[in-house]
Amino acid sequence: MSTSAPTNPANIASSRKMLQAMVGIGMLCALLIVLTYEGTFNRIETNKAAALEQAIFKVLPGISQTAAYQLNEDQSFSPATEDAPSDAIIYAGFNAENQLVGMAIPASGQGYADILRILYGYDLEKQAIVGMYVLESKETPGLGDKIEKDPAFLENFRALDVSLAKDLKSLKNAVVPVKNGAKKNPWEVDGITGATISSRAIGDILGASSAEWIPLIYQQQEAFSAPTTTSE
Amino acid sequence: MNERDQHINATPSTDEFIKGLWRDNPVFVQVLGMCPVLAVSNTAGNALAMGLATAFVLLMSNILVSALRNFIPKQVRIASYILIIATFVTITDYAIQAISVDLHKSLGAFISLIVVNCLILSRAEAFAAKNTIGRSIMDALGMGIGFTFALFCLGAVRELLGNGSLFGWAVFPENFQAWIVMILPAGGFFTLALLLLGINAIQQKQKQAEA
Repeated sequence: MSTSAPTNPANIASSRKMLQAMVGIGMLCALLIVLTYEGTFNRIETNKAAALEQAIFKVLPGISQTAAYQLNEDQSFSPATEDAPSDAIIYAGFNAENQLVGMAIPASGQGYADILRILYGYDLEKQAIVGMYVLESKETPGLGDKIEKDPAFLENFRALDVSLAKDLKSLKNAVVPVKNGAKKNPWEVDGITGATISSRAIGDILGASSAEWIPLIYQQQEAFSAPTTTSE
Repeated sequence: MNERDQHINATPSTDEFIKGLWRDNPVFVQVLGMCPVLAVSNTAGNALAMGLATAFVLLMSNILVSALRNFIPKQVRIASYILIIATFVTITDYAIQAISVDLHKSLGAFISLIVVNCLILSRAEAFAAKNTIGRSIMDALGMGIGFTFALFCLGAVRELLGNGSLFGWAVFPENFQAWIVMILPAGGFFTLALLLLGINAIQQKQKQAEA
């Protein structure tokens, strides 16, 4: 190759051909992707919303309808608006008589492989966490993913005590993870052998999130009223 | 179009289809695309979904590569193939999310990794770039189904032994002690090695019988 190669007319022609091919294919591909995105967007959003809705019913047994609420900057709750930041939204669950049963609260934190996103149900009357569901996890199949299906582990979240201290500003006992088989108190999360880090992560996420949310929710439980206008 | 191609090429199109199923099976004979084969074959359902997703991308990219084979200059062919493959992978990713969030959750990062599956690139380079659309479709269908079949074999064996179930339904009684190792990556290697051994033994016998 000589240094004058770029000015060679044959080279220019072949460069132009390459450019044409790449740009042409690029535009065709972009068009295909945009069409698919537009075509599937609504379906995907509906699917995700349905998955979340299902999860709310799973973590709050006995509810028949839900309503989303957002935490405002002044620490008060109001019905969620469209543009509310997703980490400030929680879901109230109501029974058939339109009475508030509890709240479903999303929480997330570092797991073993990636960020774990969970949803847990807080029962106001029992003052306990009554359900936990893993929304998103990339934990090791067969080991870490036991946090989603191990029956003994899920038993932790049938009635995990989160009752408040007398001043109603903090939990009487923070939720803490303990080693497998070491659970003695109703506020401890028994770990899983073979999924130590993942199960501990769930305990830590619950501990941090419950300490933040539950006092706020308990103090303002009148703010959550049954969605009379939206019920059909 | 197919008929005309058959006259041009000595081998009929049906052979392009059949070769991928058994004689040149992409997993058992060509040993291509091992990353998803080993990683996502921990349950029969995952394996089947992954196989079908790969087969779809293979089919669509083979069609497009074959259609554009006279338009793509030699120097930028690999880049063009990757672009085409990546497009169909993205489409598959959206489609799977639209079908089921749960399925998308369990296949995780492996959908996007179809882009670098060397089976697809090798079919584009070795076959679709040199053959007509009809023959490329046959080739992709054969290879795709062969790949799905191989993945399913692995997934079924691993789920049965590692979880005691098939497609999520318990097959073995309650007291069956699952072989956790089969679900882990190491189990993929064990199963693949045994299947390769078996398939090679069968193929060798077939050859001896023919001779």
